[in-house]
Amino acid sequence: MLEIKNLHAGIEGKEILRGINLEINPGEVHAIMGPNGSGKSTLSSVIAGNETYEVTEGDVLFEGKSILGLSPEQRAHLGIFLSFQYPVEIPGVTTTNFIKTAINAKRKALGLDDLPAKEMLKMIREKADMLEMDRKFLSRSLNEGFSGGEKKRNEIFQMAMLEPKLAILDETDSGLDIDALKIVANGVNKLKSKDNATIVITHYQRLLDYIVPDFVHVLYNGKIIKSGGKELAFELEEKGYDWLK
Amino acid sequence: MDLKEKLVAAFIAFENRDHIDIDSSVHDIRYKAIGNFENKGFPTKKDEEWKYTSLKPVLKYDYSIFPTIENNIELQEVKKYFLHEIESYKIVFVDGVYSSFLSTTTHEEADICLLSAALKKPKYKMIIDHYFDKAADNADSITSLNTAFAKEGAFIHIPKNTILEKPIQLLFFSTGKETEMMLNPRNLIIVGENSHVQIFERHQSLSKNVVLTNSVTEIFAHKRAIINYYKVQNDNKKASLIDHMYIKQKDNSIASVNTFSFGGKLTRNNISVYHEGENLTTNLNGVTIIGDDQHVDNHTLIHHQKENGESFELYKGIYEGTATGVFNGKVIVDPEAQKTNAFQQNDNILIGKKSTVNAKPQLEIFADDVKCSHGCTVGELDEKAMFYLQSRGIPEKEAKALLLFAFGNDVIEKIKIPALKTRIIKLIAEKLNVELGFEM
Repeated sequence: MLEIKNLHAGIEGKEILRGINLEINPGEVHAIMGPNGSGKSTLSSVIAGNETYEVTEGDVLFEGKSILGLSPEQRAHLGIFLSFQYPVEIPGVTTTNFIKTAINAKRKALGLDDLPAKEMLKMIREKADMLEMDRKFLSRSLNEGFSGGEKKRNEIFQMAMLEPKLAILDETDSGLDIDALKIVANGVNKLKSKDNATIVITHYQRLLDYIVPDFVHVLYNGKIIKSGGKELAFELEEKGYDWLK
Repeated sequence: MDLKEKLVAAFIAFENRDHIDIDSSVHDIRYKAIGNFENKGFPTKKDEEWKYTSLKPVLKYDYSIFPTIENNIELQEVKKYFLHEIESYKIVFVDGVYSSFLSTTTHEEADICLLSAALKKPKYKMIIDHYFDKAADNADSITSLNTAFAKEGAFIHIPKNTILEKPIQLLFFSTGKETEMMLNPRNLIIVGENSHVQIFERHQSLSKNVVLTNSVTEIFAHKRAIINYYKVQNDNKKASLIDHMYIKQKDNSIASVNTFSFGGKLTRNNISVYHEGENLTTNLNGVTIIGDDQHVDNHTLIHHQKENGESFELYKGIYEGTATGVFNGKVIVDPEAQKTNAFQQNDNILIGKKSTVNAKPQLEIFADDVKCSHGCTVGELDEKAMFYLQSRGIPEKEAKALLLFAFGNDVIEKIKIPALKTRIIKLIAEKLNVELGFEM
């Protein structure tokens, strides 16, 4: 599904990713772990199409085709979703209006008509209930004044609504207490199928107790320095990253 | 002959043709006004108040000044400019001449009619003597030009204890039958004690010909009166508007003016508010969205003269292309005006690389026990927010529109006429070139 080949990328001339290779197939869950500054968020931003980062070498293929020339919205229409580490507050746009606009934009790109309002509302309610979201958040301005946990839950709600093929969860566990973490992880697990894939980017092993990865990769200094099964996450938790350097 | 000379020369002919009684007080007022205009002429960029707005580009035309005949237009042609979805009173002018066909006036619960009638009929003499030209500042040469040619416009007199359910629409159309036309509409609005009124005003050119409108509106809000005024400006690119509103407020009154500027070549909105009573509130809000080489200048003055007055100003501007904007907010707090609360905020987003905005707060505070604040921001679209929206599949153009709409939303939220709110939202979507509902 996703193929990253020798990816080099940076910001303002400073190289952050120094040759990443990664292959992700449908049905798989990959965890990318690494210390601060190792390039985890850069990797997720580059996959999602953030133009702040410049790709200097290599390629990213999605379902066999390079996506590097595509805009963020085109990537979203293909089925790529990024759950932000720091979701942006957007005063004046309600969560409901935002998600409606996003879904209908995607449908339009796929040549479909707008989703009828009634179906949209039903879907919004179902997904919000699945994530035990307080419905009052739906009519509030997007992320404005939300706590860290509420913002993360809202990200997973958007993911549930958009039903992506590839979901990238960037530090989704940060800011979540253990109850919220379970609910969010439970939501992610429910959305998992043999046709979609998930990349979990995290600093800690904690989230991986609930979203169990098939593969764990250690990112350090812009490169994947070790890959393994889920047991690698436990090892990292115990020993830290230093033994790998 | 330049425009000023032409206007001065035309004045005598104007009074003669309108059969003005030269013994009347109105004649005296006009006569003084034309003298003042003759002395001062049009303001130039040397005038402090006109530093950032040049009238030169709109004064170079050979305007015809007297509308002659009533130019008929079909309702179908102009229906879209009305808030036709709701019941309302309407006072409509076509090329400066009252259109009885398009209007719905009344003398029942209030006088909602014509200034020309009020200036002439003996039964209005006392009111005219008491109010006409009593708020306008004729030290301002453009206002005095309007006063000199003041003949037609809306006359609204709401007696006390009257809550007008239906809003009043003031529409000023120009047909372009004259290739270059200048209009000087004059409105007089008196809201009695405990009375409420909502007014919607629009100047609209129906052709591509050049129009310059120099409008003056005087408003008197008596004790506990509530007035909500909406100005919708979405004129075509050959039409310019210089608008002066003068508002005098008495005890416990609330006056709100919301200005939506989306069109026109040059638009200057002057709003001068005088607090002549205690415990009163003024709200001035505006959203400007312009592009190309359009220019909008919002110039406000709030003069706090008595205790416990409040004023709130919130102006938002979005400038694309080479558009230019001005916000000049002056607040004067007299020594007697203790416990004044004056708040002013002006936020701008510059989208066009060559767009500019000049923002100038002016606070002159002579009382010591007051709360006054002002703030001004100039920024660009938030890139992080853009990426966030786009990463959810919202195309760049729509994402931009959504963010810009959100930026202006706290002003749009203040619109109290639902049909108007819907209309404004639609106009903004048109202006931003998107098909978004913005259902918030």
